[in-house]
Amino acid sequence: MTEQIDTSVRSYAERFAAGSVDRDRPLSPHLRALEAEAIHIMREVAAEFERPIMLYSIGKDSTVMLHLAMKAFWPSKPPFSFLHIDSLWEFQAMGTFRDALADALGITMIVWVNEEGRARNIDPFKDGSALHTQVMRTDGLLQALNAGRYDAAFGGGRRDEEKSRAKERVFSFRNAAHAWDPRNQRPELWRVFNTRIRSGESIRVFPLSNWTEVDIWQYILEEGIPIVPLYFAAERPVVERDGTLIMVDDDRMVLAPGETPAMKKIRFRTLGCYPLTGAVESEAETLDDIVLEMLTARTSERAGRLIDFDEAGSMEKKKREGYF
Amino acid sequence: MADGDTRTEVTQRLTRAGEGGVLRFITCGSVDDGKSTLIGRLLYDSKLLFDDQIRTLERESQKHGTAGDDIDFALLLDGLEAEREQGITIDVAYRFFNTEKRKFIVADTPGHEQFTRNMATGASTADLAIILVDARKGVLTQTKRHTYIANMMGIRHAVLAVNKMDLVDHSRAKFHEIVSDYLRIAEDLGFASITPIPISARFGDNIFDRSDAMAWHDGPTLMQHLEQVDTAADEEAALAFRFPVQWVNRPNLDFRGFSGTVAGGQTTVGDDIVVAHSGKAAKIARIASADGDLKTARAGDAVTLVLDREIDIARGDILSDPKARPEVSDQFAAEILWMTDEEMLPGRSYLLKAGGQTTPVSVTTLKHKLNVNSFDKEPGNSLALNEIGVCTLATTRPVAFDRYTDQRETGSFILIDRFTNQTVGAGMIEFSLRRASNIHAHAMDVDKARRSSLKGQKSAILWFTGLSGAGKSTIANLVERKLAEAGRHTYSLDGDNVRHGLNRDLGFTDVDRVENIRRIGEVAKLFVDAGLIVTCSFISPFRSERQMVRELVEDGEFIEVFVDAPLEVCIERDPKGLYKKAQAGEIKNFTGFDSPYEAPETAELHLRTADLAAEDAAEQVIEQLISRGLIG
Repeated sequence: MTEQIDTSVRSYAERFAAGSVDRDRPLSPHLRALEAEAIHIMREVAAEFERPIMLYSIGKDSTVMLHLAMKAFWPSKPPFSFLHIDSLWEFQAMGTFRDALADALGITMIVWVNEEGRARNIDPFKDGSALHTQVMRTDGLLQALNAGRYDAAFGGGRRDEEKSRAKERVFSFRNAAHAWDPRNQRPELWRVFNTRIRSGESIRVFPLSNWTEVDIWQYILEEGIPIVPLYFAAERPVVERDGTLIMVDDDRMVLAPGETPAMKKIRFRTLGCYPLTGAVESEAETLDDIVLEMLTARTSERAGRLIDFDEAGSMEKKKREGYF
Repeated sequence: MADGDTRTEVTQRLTRAGEGGVLRFITCGSVDDGKSTLIGRLLYDSKLLFDDQIRTLERESQKHGTAGDDIDFALLLDGLEAEREQGITIDVAYRFFNTEKRKFIVADTPGHEQFTRNMATGASTADLAIILVDARKGVLTQTKRHTYIANMMGIRHAVLAVNKMDLVDHSRAKFHEIVSDYLRIAEDLGFASITPIPISARFGDNIFDRSDAMAWHDGPTLMQHLEQVDTAADEEAALAFRFPVQWVNRPNLDFRGFSGTVAGGQTTVGDDIVVAHSGKAAKIARIASADGDLKTARAGDAVTLVLDREIDIARGDILSDPKARPEVSDQFAAEILWMTDEEMLPGRSYLLKAGGQTTPVSVTTLKHKLNVNSFDKEPGNSLALNEIGVCTLATTRPVAFDRYTDQRETGSFILIDRFTNQTVGAGMIEFSLRRASNIHAHAMDVDKARRSSLKGQKSAILWFTGLSGAGKSTIANLVERKLAEAGRHTYSLDGDNVRHGLNRDLGFTDVDRVENIRRIGEVAKLFVDAGLIVTCSFISPFRSERQMVRELVEDGEFIEVFVDAPLEVCIERDPKGLYKKAQAGEIKNFTGFDSPYEAPETAELHLRTADLAAEDAAEQVIEQLISRGLIG
């Protein structure tokens, strides 16, 4: 697994060293337009903020965002660091991928863990997904942002993901407590972004606002961007809980009496903490397979994400509290 | 698994989806014209909704819906909790869908009267506007307003979607009546095309599929039209070349590039360019990108340009076609849409951001307001939320720009409040009032430094601000006396010698107060130029105006003295009997009373006069002048 990741990531990194790329397929016109828009947004942040940071979650959207940052400033490296909020419960392959990618591209990857949460041994199985997410993700994120005194933070959110995101600005103002006020957003016209803030306040920036899930996959395909192997179908040990397939990624997972992991051919449509991320049974072993599967899919990707399951308004609530 | 068939199928599906590029459009209409239903219908019929989203929608239709037992498509769009509860759309929402030909980005903009700004926001990036009309109601005042705003924001294509045709028996006569009403108001505006289509969003008639009930309609369905219409990107590539520099790309000594997005036109390696501000010329040596060098960059491309020689270029510069250059000026006329509760006041200082250029700006005059229902010109002194006016503006540094009707990207700007940092206005430039090249100051042989050194001092403005009765004039008077005794050269400005002459045409409304301070600032600046130490004693209640005066002079020449006494103390002192009059209702707009005072946040000197003798206060001011090296 590690070698497989290393090889794909190293050959990917060479294109930036060489400053040229061999394409299988030309980049589609609408993706060129979305790419240019995202690059414009990133350059605007680099030019106007003192301490920008780019969140990196290791997922496909984040990896596309990182790729765009590599292109936006080329031949320079992105003039900011990358930040991963490690919940300590992510799939092991994610950490391997993150480290290999950062190393191959020569970028600075800050890995932040909420040490208080680590000390309290917050466990999504025992403590529940809501508490785990709050402590390890939301609190961890706010700690890291405060510690770095970042005035702008890039996130990979897309407006098509969820209703409350559909109304969020590309440059989304946060007060000194990192809170979002949906009723008091700055109007955003043309390509002119208001970047003015007072000390302590910050802006969350969403360069992928206008991308859809299909766009992301199509872009990965056309650009040849490496992604964590868990997105591809393979035989993996899973148990079924409440109708969701959970992969047994390490020995911290306590099996219920009578519960036995079974090998199934599965893949993941989103990545996060393994106890909170449902797998889908799939035969899609290549990017082409995945894209075809996705073009004919009938369930939205967040359906595999257990933390959004409560109310339709739950994302809006989390965002007001400072979550991405 | 990845057999040749999968690959071929994927390639086919994806390439087809990408061919037509991106079309951005807005939908606008009055309350209940069915905007959200229309967009929901587009998403539903383009088969982009997933099973779980449809299940959620069905569940919520039962709970909050207004379509009886049918699916209420509007619920797909009303994103925020508060809106779902109130059943209104309060902000711009963006939605996405693809067909085989194109990707679409839809801005759903609310139709309520107070939300003009949201529509303008959505319209600013749109290629096309769908103007919705309820077939039962016909063309309303709001229809006109939406049409005017779409046109003003530079949208080139309009679709008149006559909705709810099912409720008028799919009547052809009704449709034609509405179309001819509409053309009367829209025909002479600047649209490149106006396409009327009879639809029923709720039942999907003439959206994707032709309507059997309206077989008489011989024009396109809505989707056919959206898939075919020209996008702005096609048009922008034909304009004069404009490249606003965003970021100077300098990884090492061997590479110096200028990163940005082509705003208009195109450029090819070998082309000549000039820097709009400096007029310096160069040739394009490389168009660099991580994918390999390009030969040509077109409008919308985000690239890095390398020039054939070293010339001085920074963020905010616009690289341009030498044969069709942008204007460079510090005064121009623009249409401004006001977007915040606090009124726009002529004379007040804001920040203007246009591309990478940010500079202080003030509105010198509001020439007229535009009635958003008729677009008639009306007189006015200020602009309130959602009002539109034609203004002249003056920036502190020259900016490079085009007319908005020529180039949207380089003809637009936003105005930012300097204290709240809110985006308060959107501007579209009409024309330049004078060329910056004509106003280059004639260098004088005797300058400010010479004049003030002859007087053995450095000139400055001592700006005393505070409530009436706080002690401004008293202290300023003592300070001037002490300076005179020490042989310094001074002048003193206060309400008495300004209000009766220079500013006798001004009253005490917010607009007049701002103009009052602006004139005083300009006069004080001339005295500073003459080498004098100028004391100014004015209530000057607004931070923005004090900031404006501060920026008129050089760093260190403006010394703000906050003469601070609690309101009760001032009322008790009431040296001119003004508070008594205000209490009796004889004076309106009295600061501290029924008009606000914004205390300084970073005054150079803060004098609390409730327990500080005027003599001691004046002494502190003198010490301040000494410590700043203004007097020896």
